Amino acid sequence: MNSAQIEIQLIASLVAIACAIPGTFLVLRKMAMISDAISHSILPGIVIGFFITHDLNSPVLILLAALTGIITVILVEYIQKTGLVKEDTAIGLVFPALFSIGVIMIAKNANDVHLDVDAVLLGELAFAPFDRCIVSGVDLGPKSLWIIGAILLITITLLIAFFKELKVSTFDKGLAASLGFSPAIMHYGLMSVSSVTTVGAFDAVGAILVVALMIAPAATAYLITTDLKKMLWLSIGFGVLSAISGYWFAHWLDASIAGSITTMLGFIFLLVYLFAPSKGIIAVLYREKQQRTEVSLLTFLLHLKNHTEERERHVNHLQEHINWQKVRAKTVLELALKNNMILVEDNIVSLTEKGDEFTSLAIDYIISNKDTKIEDMKDDFFLFRG
Amino acid sequence: MMKEIVNNEIPASAGNIAVQVDDLTVAYNYKPVLWDIDLEIPEGVLMAIVGPNGAGKSTLIKSILGILKPIAGSVSIYGKPYDEQRKLVAYVPQKGSVDWDFPTTALDVVMMGTYGSLGWIKRPRQKEKKAALEALEKVGMLPFKNRQISQLSGGQQQRIFLARALVQNAAIYFMDEPFQGVDATTEIAIINILKELRKAGKTVIVVHHDLQTVPEYFDWVTFLNVKKIATGPVKDIFNDDNLTKTYGINYKVSIQE
Repeated sequence: MNSAQIEIQLIASLVAIACAIPGTFLVLRKMAMISDAISHSILPGIVIGFFITHDLNSPVLILLAALTGIITVILVEYIQKTGLVKEDTAIGLVFPALFSIGVIMIAKNANDVHLDVDAVLLGELAFAPFDRCIVSGVDLGPKSLWIIGAILLITITLLIAFFKELKVSTFDKGLAASLGFSPAIMHYGLMSVSSVTTVGAFDAVGAILVVALMIAPAATAYLITTDLKKMLWLSIGFGVLSAISGYWFAHWLDASIAGSITTMLGFIFLLVYLFAPSKGIIAVLYREKQQRTEVSLLTFLLHLKNHTEERERHVNHLQEHINWQKVRAKTVLELALKNNMILVEDNIVSLTEKGDEFTSLAIDYIISNKDTKIEDMKDDFFLFRG
Repeated sequence: MMKEIVNNEIPASAGNIAVQVDDLTVAYNYKPVLWDIDLEIPEGVLMAIVGPNGAGKSTLIKSILGILKPIAGSVSIYGKPYDEQRKLVAYVPQKGSVDWDFPTTALDVVMMGTYGSLGWIKRPRQKEKKAALEALEKVGMLPFKNRQISQLSGGQQQRIFLARALVQNAAIYFMDEPFQGVDATTEIAIINILKELRKAGKTVIVVHHDLQTVPEYFDWVTFLNVKKIATGPVKDIFNDDNLTKTYGINYKVSIQE
């Protein structure tokens, strides 16, 4: 690896971390689309800033763009408050309007500025190492590394300082307000950080992909954990993993780095979506199947408990009586046998002591819905895991 | 059972009015939902706010707590504005107002009750954790402290909310429909805790729907339907006349004596 490669991966990783932090809260606040709106509507801010400073990395440009981001949020809220349109419609109205103003501004001045729509939409990470930060002749590394580093530092400081406030205002706005933590301050604070981060990441990955870096790692983490701190760590982890693997994927394909990073984000989400231990699709399907079997088992055991006459308990009769397909009946019978809940003598099925006890407990639980009664049964059966 | 709850400092000069509401008018989009409400809630009562849907019951609580801004009128808690008396007040919002899939545990939600006394930036420590665990024990939820909140039943979630209010160690408790969607056992557990709070000299104000249980649960009642219809002791004013005025239909309440 040469130094440019290391620098690109470093920038991509820092961008991923800086996006994952506000992204986690955006996902939890169900505001993913707002980040999409911000990433597009900051364009006029960037263009105006660029006309003034002629430097894509100037702090003035970052502040102007962030300001446009905040204006977007305010406009969306204002339109929504009229009650005439819903939030998603308001978002759909505001950001294309602002974005198109930016596009027109670029087109009108394209001849004398080094700023084109492609770069804005997709970013160009590969060129980042060429724009150096040189102070009195000493090369301090790429400019964008310093910018995103500074933004990340601010984000982390704010996160550590206001973690508790962010958590309570995200979970329960009403409580936050009554405790004196103004939800409006937290809301606009988060929006400001998201806007600044978007501008910082913009240069590297562009307007479309910055949304993916904010939302995808958080959405992936959300599927795995039930703890906010872990969710933040996992989002950061998925973001960095995608950044680095995406870089090498692009290297191998000789394709856009930003595009490859986003592809990796999508790929990782897909893997987790399928294989996550409890919320993943496969786990859910498996659990549903297991629950079906267990409900069947319980029905079967209950039938045995309720019917003392041998005719009702004959192996051949069970199938037609409970009206199951052969395969299902066989599975249930085997499951009950394996758990020593039934005995089969001369083709007559009867409950064992264990089976009898289990059935009573299970029925008791279903009627009373008292958790304490089934604590011991939980390890054996999905049905009781709530 | 219930540990002695130490009162936060209550200004003695304010007399025994816990909450005073003067000429309060609240509107959504210029349509008043509360109109010219005057209300005095004496200290130490267990009060129900009753009224039909859309009567402004939740709005009244939210306006007292400064969550909604009124277009006219004022509210005072022990003689001072809410902003100065925050620490005297605990609030239990409607259960449906939060996202129960939020990645957090029962203990963590209860800890949020301590955030108010901590103020900005300061983190909860062992002391706050201990208080949260005690509150969980009071509502019988200690065994579930590490459960993710979506894994709790409706009644358990309501108990968690109650524990979160208890940990605030307030003088006045506002609760928005704490009995909604809970089983009978939880309802009894909650009302017993509220009665213990009253015994400890706290003021408890509850938005309530089930008129049948008002005389059994509460000693004070406010009838509300956009305007205040009546407020006072249950034994004096909980009658067909006020119910009819509030609900607009000829109301006959059948209270089993």
